[in-house]
Amino acid sequence: MKHKGRFGSFGGFYVPEVLIPALEEIEAAFDTYVADPQFLADLNDLYSNYAGRPTPLYFARRFSAQVGFKVYVKREDLLHGGAHKVNNTLGQGLLAKYMGKTKLIAETGAGQHGLATAMIGALFGMETKIFMGATDVARQNVNVHKMKLCGAEVVPVSGGTGTLKDAINDALRYWISHVQDTFYLFGTAGGPHPYPSIVRHFQTPIGREARRQCLDALGRLPDLVCACVGGGSNAIGIFSGFIDDRDVRLVGVEGAGRGLDTHEHCATLAKGSVGVLHGAQTYVLQDENGQIHETECISAGLDYPGVGPEHAWLKDSGRAQYVTADDESVLDVFHLFTRTEGIIPALESSHALAWLASQKGKLPPETIAVVNLSGRGDKDVSIVEDRMQARRGAND
Amino acid sequence: MTTYRQTFAKLKHAALIPFFVIGDPDYDTSLEIIKAAIDAGADVLELGIPFSDPIADGPTIQKADIRALAASMTTAKALRFIKAVTDYKPLPVGLLVYYNIVYRYGPQKFFNDFKAAGGSSVLVADLSIDDEAEITPLAEAAGLETVFMVTPNTEAERAERIARKSTGFIYTVSTLGVTGERQSLSETVKPLIKRLKGMTDTPVCVGFGISTPQHAKEIAAAGADGIIIGSRLVKIIEQNLGDKPKLLRELQAFLTEARSALSLDV
Repeated sequence: MKHKGRFGSFGGFYVPEVLIPALEEIEAAFDTYVADPQFLADLNDLYSNYAGRPTPLYFARRFSAQVGFKVYVKREDLLHGGAHKVNNTLGQGLLAKYMGKTKLIAETGAGQHGLATAMIGALFGMETKIFMGATDVARQNVNVHKMKLCGAEVVPVSGGTGTLKDAINDALRYWISHVQDTFYLFGTAGGPHPYPSIVRHFQTPIGREARRQCLDALGRLPDLVCACVGGGSNAIGIFSGFIDDRDVRLVGVEGAGRGLDTHEHCATLAKGSVGVLHGAQTYVLQDENGQIHETECISAGLDYPGVGPEHAWLKDSGRAQYVTADDESVLDVFHLFTRTEGIIPALESSHALAWLASQKGKLPPETIAVVNLSGRGDKDVSIVEDRMQARRGAND
Repeated sequence: MTTYRQTFAKLKHAALIPFFVIGDPDYDTSLEIIKAAIDAGADVLELGIPFSDPIADGPTIQKADIRALAASMTTAKALRFIKAVTDYKPLPVGLLVYYNIVYRYGPQKFFNDFKAAGGSSVLVADLSIDDEAEITPLAEAAGLETVFMVTPNTEAERAERIARKSTGFIYTVSTLGVTGERQSLSETVKPLIKRLKGMTDTPVCVGFGISTPQHAKEIAAAGADGIIIGSRLVKIIEQNLGDKPKLLRELQAFLTEARSALSLDV
């Protein structure tokens, strides 16, 4: 491997020997093509004309009135596929194509990364397999159907809790056995080097655009930038535009699930400790023996006991701050945002909105906050309905 | 001379190295199983501490990890278990472990405690030669030997580096894949053994997918110093969870047959 892939002491590539040549090959291809004019022309064309970039930065006037300060929304939910995930799958998919790979595999939690990979598999005519936890297959079946419509095979994974962590385990196992012709299109800014750097790179348009849009529309930078964090790809994408602007506060919001005092959450940075999971040294939710905890969260896309290593570094270095929002506050803000703006936010992104709502009365009214609306919430409508019925039942 | 080199030098045949997950299906049964394997002629043992996310392992060993963890195996208990094994017979015990277990326990303390339990070598499944400096000095300070993996896609120069850093033996992965039984041996394994034997005098042990006494014999004939058999044995445990005497009988029968297949080789 040419680079160490470290963010401070975090990151690295802790994988079985068999995967080293594959990671080296991807690292070398990324180093080559990232500055290749033809690759960039192809990618930018796809970003504009296939995915729908640039996305708007929208002033959410009525939601702002509710929370008492100004909230600008980066509309990644308007991208093709309904989430920021396509930024990364187009980038990595194109990389795979330039490398001459013919098969794609990916893991998925909420199904958004699986869908974004399935779309790109169809676009480039590549055979695509999506590994998805059996629990997630059940709770995100609309996305499962969409992936199949794109021609992908969806492989349900029943090990562990049947969520994202287990899907990654099985995707890695499959890759170990098919490493020669298969490209693993990793979905979040985590996992072994070079994935955290690659995924970050392909998500940087979010932050770059948002920064420019702020300057154009407001003549100044925002006071804070806020995004939800599971593995952390949408957050690193928007943070990347502002990391060097030391006065801009960066806030990542993790899922507190049913409460931080329970085991039913996925707040890795808030409650985890340093360990090694899925190829990276980072914060993980684990017991005293180093066994990884199972997680629980209303949004499948955040339901992961690890986090991208750059977030671990941003936390420890103090550059970014990581907070949490629990399921109930997420449900509340999901409705509030939809009713005030006519935009249905993904439950993942609703975590960022929920934290903003919690700052009502705490932040001065002139505050300008930019929030990454990383995905749209159509996929979550039935989950929300079920939870609201349960809530009404509990109140009867 | 090191423990493994002494062991391999003394043997007139390739070493039979059974692999088990410590505490599968529970502490006491697991200890009985391993004693039975020793009685059946194991020359060396390769033992694994169960982990919640074993990415290098196929379904058979993953299920063994789940059984052992469900029976509340912990790192401290696993080290105590190893002591009980080496008290029964002082044969070399190699450990196959995922890095997070070591990291969480504290690497130096982990290696010291494993050595004190009678252990010989450590292989960290998800730590490659590129990061060997994180463990090699600590393992050596504890008096342990080191083992790293070579796979069929490892380039020659890298394989030489791995051979130099492996003081115990080279864990040679027979095939591109995770652990698990296979119908037939991969075509890559014999040339790989020959390549490694031509490159280094570090002992070469072969694992992953060795499922029959005939496989073991062929690998030995290709020049391997040791044959590691894991999933095939763990499968016998899985298939006989309700009948311990039958489990032990089948296990011993398989190992005895493998042992004699290896002995016939010379």
